[in-house]
Amino acid sequence: MGTDARGDPRDELPTPRVLRRRWVPSLIWLVPLTAVVIGATLVVNAWRTAGPRVTISFQTAQGLEVGKTLVKYRNVTIGHVTAISLSSDHNRVLVSADLLSSAKDLLTADARFWVVRPRIGIGWASGLETLISGSYIAVEAGEAKARQTDFVGLENPPPSTHGLLGKNVMLHAKDVGSLALDAPVYFRHFEVGHVIDRELEAGGQGARVVVFIDAPYDRLVTRATRFWNASGIDLTLGADGMKLRTQSLASVLAGGVAFEIAPTAQDVGQAPSGAEFTLFGDQAAAMAPPDGEPRYVHMRFAQSLRGLSVGAPVDFVGVNIGQVFSVDLDYDAEHQSFPVIVTALIYPRRMGKAYEVLEQSGTATNEDKMARLVGRLVARGLRAQPRTGNLLTGQLYIALDFIPGVRPASFAVNARPLEIPTVPGSVQELQQKLVSIVDKIDRIPIAQIGAHLDENLVDLDSALRELRTDVLPAGSAAFNSLYTTLGTVDHALADDAPWRDNIDQTLVEARSTLRSVRSLTDYLDRHPEALLRGRHPSQSTVSERSTSPARGGK
Amino acid sequence: MDSLAGACVITRAIGIGLVACRTCGLVTRRLPIPSPPTSCPRCTTLLRERLPRSAENTLAWLIAGVILYIPANVLPVMYVSGVGGGEESTILGGVLSFWRAGSWDIAALIFTASVAVPATKFLALGLLVWTVHRGTSWARRQRTSLYRVVEIIGYWSMLDVVVVALTAALLKFKALGTAEPRLGIVLFCGVVVTTMIAALSFDPRLIWDMEANDGH
Repeated sequence: MGTDARGDPRDELPTPRVLRRRWVPSLIWLVPLTAVVIGATLVVNAWRTAGPRVTISFQTAQGLEVGKTLVKYRNVTIGHVTAISLSSDHNRVLVSADLLSSAKDLLTADARFWVVRPRIGIGWASGLETLISGSYIAVEAGEAKARQTDFVGLENPPPSTHGLLGKNVMLHAKDVGSLALDAPVYFRHFEVGHVIDRELEAGGQGARVVVFIDAPYDRLVTRATRFWNASGIDLTLGADGMKLRTQSLASVLAGGVAFEIAPTAQDVGQAPSGAEFTLFGDQAAAMAPPDGEPRYVHMRFAQSLRGLSVGAPVDFVGVNIGQVFSVDLDYDAEHQSFPVIVTALIYPRRMGKAYEVLEQSGTATNEDKMARLVGRLVARGLRAQPRTGNLLTGQLYIALDFIPGVRPASFAVNARPLEIPTVPGSVQELQQKLVSIVDKIDRIPIAQIGAHLDENLVDLDSALRELRTDVLPAGSAAFNSLYTTLGTVDHALADDAPWRDNIDQTLVEARSTLRSVRSLTDYLDRHPEALLRGRHPSQSTVSERSTSPARGGK
Repeated sequence: MDSLAGACVITRAIGIGLVACRTCGLVTRRLPIPSPPTSCPRCTTLLRERLPRSAENTLAWLIAGVILYIPANVLPVMYVSGVGGGEESTILGGVLSFWRAGSWDIAALIFTASVAVPATKFLALGLLVWTVHRGTSWARRQRTSLYRVVEIIGYWSMLDVVVVALTAALLKFKALGTAEPRLGIVLFCGVVVTTMIAALSFDPRLIWDMEANDGH
């Protein structure tokens, strides 16, 4: 070919570069892609639901099992225990738990964890379902904003009030008595709440009891509400007999708190949640009007006050207005004596209406007013006097009373605290009188009297002996002769005595004689001439017949 | 170079313009290359000299299976609740608990069915795909045997799925005890299915193709 000689011009052209065939993915790769999507979805889902891991330390891992023990919030499972280990110092148990991501918000800094185990107390039982299902860890969220993942678990279940409707009330008391956790709170014997916490106040000055009042009863908690410890039995012995008061049997055993609205209160506004109240010892104390500010007064007694204890009542005209705060011994160098200084707390408000009246009179400060008032009362005879409150135990109380006829005493108006003049107690007075009587008795010369008496007695003795030896035998003889005389008389007067027969005969004869005399007089009456002429024989028949016995006696 | 391969005279159907039906084995003439798809005149099966993109498809299904195998093992496959609470168990967790409980035979069975078999399939199919892609003529007969084994053991992975399905169906005593399947068993089922499809989409004839190429 000619073209060969000249050369093919196409030979000069460059050859195209051969590309490697592109790999076109087939649709089959959608299958692994789908698997990837599924897997990724699951991973993302797991990552999203996988919540935080928390570590809770407990004193014991009793009842907890890795993988089995659940973490529950209001009985909804929000996680499970993944590991249980000991702390580095072997004193605590560290429980790790994986929670759901939805539980993230529960992990506030003040969230509380505790193990729910079966617990049984007086009047309540909790966690009984865990007898079968096994223990679980319960959590209760707090209010704090901060989040954390390390917690210290509670050994006892906390009060479960989160989310419940109601009101927390703080009660301050001297001591909690027998109030147990979960002890009931009563309002007119209705159970309206329970004790959710109790603890000593900082410094141990008192106790703080937190009670939870369920809605709708929390409306009853006003600023005028008074709380008292309804534990145990209240046995009152009054003028109208014996009264036994309790709230319920459970409160007798486990304690309880009762409250009521003070009838005299004016302020009945709702108390806010967390309001603070005083927990009184009993209902009477709770319902009493408030005491107000106490005032200190001093009293100086010159005699022993055995039987006066701290806390003994201070009466003002029979009304308890305070109590003894302290009893101290003082030394009086001048008289070389040891007076007793009694400090008492006086609540002027307890004087009731009298206080109101006093308060309205005058404009000076309360303290000065009080001092002047007391000064006036002292001038009128107000004195402090220890009195026996209980004859059996000899317990004393201080009575502020007007003592009639008392010697005037000095009163320092400006002294603080006020010092109230005193008089010896009734018992002391009695004692003094007794002592003076005993003194007088002591002064009687008993020995002398005795000696005299002895002499007299000797005389008497000799006189008596004389009487016995001389007078009595003579008397005896006299009596004997008297006796024989009487015997003779007795004999003479007997029925068969001879002279009685003679008398009888004599009397019979005397009678016939008298009859003869009568017939004679009769005859003479009819025939007075017979006195001169003698008796006529024809006239003698009738009279002979009627007077024959008498004729026989002629 | 295979010693046996060298001894045998390999005449491939593809080399002499024939194509065999995969289903009934009928050998037909092969139409010229740019042709529409053909089917077996006897059994109407689609005729193919080789499965198209066999290695690629196998690899794709295999990867899908491997991917699914991870969550299938991580996620619980079953939830059993009895008196006092319930418990979710994963495959390996179940194996461990059976082993600890002393039922080592059941543990071994479950382990074989749910861990050993899928792992074997992954490795075997991966090896086959890789060697075919490389075009090596190494151990062709053993590789063919391996493929047969993979095909046979593939079904046995379903044992786990059957166990869960049976337990969930039988254990229904309300509060006393119930069993429910969990997502893991679905994924595990997916693993079994994808690996079976992967095994099916692999054309074992590819193992022997390289020899013919070598002969060129």
